[in-house]
Amino acid sequence: MNTLAVPVAVAADAGVAPRAVRSATVEAPWVRRALIGAALLFLTLFLFVPLVTVFYEAFKKGWDVYLAAILEPDARSAIALTLLAAAISVPANLVFGVSAAWAIAKFDFRGKNVLLTLIDLPFSVSPVIAGLIYVLVFGLQGWFGSWFIDNDLKIIFAVPGIVLATIFVTFPFVARELIPLMQAQGQEQEEAARVLGASGWQMFWRVTLPNVKWALLYGVILCNARAMGEFGAVSVVSGHIRGQTNTMPLHIEIVYNEYQFAAAFAVASLLALLALVTLGLKYFIEQRVKDQRRAVGDRAE
Amino acid sequence: MILSRTLLKRHSVLPGFDLALGFALLYLSLIVLLPLSAAFLKTFTMTWAAFWDAVSSPRVVASYRLTFGASFAAALLNAFFGLIVAWVLVRYEFPFKRLIDALVDLPFALPTAVAGIALTAIYAENGWIGQFLPFKVSFTPLGVFVALVFIGVPFVVRTVQPVLEDVNRELEEAAATLGASRWQTFTKVILPIVLPALLTGFALAFARALGEYGSVIFIAGNMPMISEITPLLIITKLEQYDYAGATAIAVVMLVTSFALLLLINSLQTWARKRQGGV
Repeated sequence: MNTLAVPVAVAADAGVAPRAVRSATVEAPWVRRALIGAALLFLTLFLFVPLVTVFYEAFKKGWDVYLAAILEPDARSAIALTLLAAAISVPANLVFGVSAAWAIAKFDFRGKNVLLTLIDLPFSVSPVIAGLIYVLVFGLQGWFGSWFIDNDLKIIFAVPGIVLATIFVTFPFVARELIPLMQAQGQEQEEAARVLGASGWQMFWRVTLPNVKWALLYGVILCNARAMGEFGAVSVVSGHIRGQTNTMPLHIEIVYNEYQFAAAFAVASLLALLALVTLGLKYFIEQRVKDQRRAVGDRAE
Repeated sequence: MILSRTLLKRHSVLPGFDLALGFALLYLSLIVLLPLSAAFLKTFTMTWAAFWDAVSSPRVVASYRLTFGASFAAALLNAFFGLIVAWVLVRYEFPFKRLIDALVDLPFALPTAVAGIALTAIYAENGWIGQFLPFKVSFTPLGVFVALVFIGVPFVVRTVQPVLEDVNRELEEAAATLGASRWQTFTKVILPIVLPALLTGFALAFARALGEYGSVIFIAGNMPMISEITPLLIITKLEQYDYAGATAIAVVMLVTSFALLLLINSLQTWARKRQGGV
């Protein structure tokens, strides 16, 4: 708590540099101070304290307990499954994102707006419902349930179900970053490449991809963070079989419910670290994308 | 070939339309549309009376009341503080501003289960914040509210922030020259400009909160009729193999989400028009 109180105090003081004459479009110093204080208090209570808590609780019982918690076999298999689910779902959604963005941004076709709305649909579906619909399709009583049983394929309460649910909840991330940028960039560069004799793939690898690489990376990073952290959807389809169908978030839940708080927070701290790395990369790329957008804007003028 | 002949409005020299759109449509159908339609088709196998029973039993209605009430209250608190945070980040300078700005997105990046156990620990009776509060937060409906505030933080800030950055300062100078106080300038000039964005952020936070599961179940205590949210009830029904009952509730939630999505889309259109006009 003490470590957090310091920046709050510093920040409040810095906002009140004394000024003899106040501009008519600036608030009184006490208003400024109160607003900065209110904003920081709110963010501290709801964001910063929870973040610090994760690391504090994880290391409360020392390094040995921490290491034991993340190295035990169940935790390791949970980490492996989380990495596997992300390793399949992120590339799958990446290929989709690029295809959808290519069609939507570079061509004029009927039904484009409907397609745009449908791509965003998974974001407005509750994760629990995302899991439920796959149970309905692939579960025992589901549409294809008996066919899969006859062929000895397990989807629900097995790894494929976890991957499918993860793909669903991370579906729009790459597409929604690429589409606006590629629309803004227009078709001229690709058309020029074609006129100069480039093949379709040459044009794609040498012109289109370099133009969108930062936005693409941005989408991939957000997609990956969500894929590794998804809880609700995966929880429904997983079946919670220890060492087999538990991802990291599910492992945290089980260990936490067994009152092994230090162990739960230890695994949670790995995901919190991933979140911080994600935010750092996101910030870095945002600056790049801003520069690129500005460059596109200049060219347009 | 079929796609380009029937859908394309005008011919293009660029290649790959059929392949790109074909793959996108196939993938979208298999991953999203087909499974989603399964939920609706499943409810068609129920009689109307059975459907109505499933979605209006007292326990389910209590969960709607909690989910909608807590989501609304959390979105409201986020609208108020989100506007202040956006204002402070755009208008003032203070130490660690960039770091704080980047951390606003934490709820997007931090897995909900991690947030859930952290908030439970903090707001428990012996927790860092809970010990100073005269009332219980963890394991009560108030805990649901706290978790939903956490996950909604970035929505209002990130929708209001860019609009606030674009506000023409000359308008404020004009208001000041005409004798308006700073408060009048805020309520009569600035607030109308950011209002569409503020409402959009509110609606986005509300919609996200309605479906939230991971961060809530740890802190809620999950007592039927008191602190049980609707998504949890869907899971409970599934675990009892009441697939039809679970799906019926899910359809109610889906229809609500789609209605909200339409509302948000029209709010955004309004916001764009308003911004273009100023």
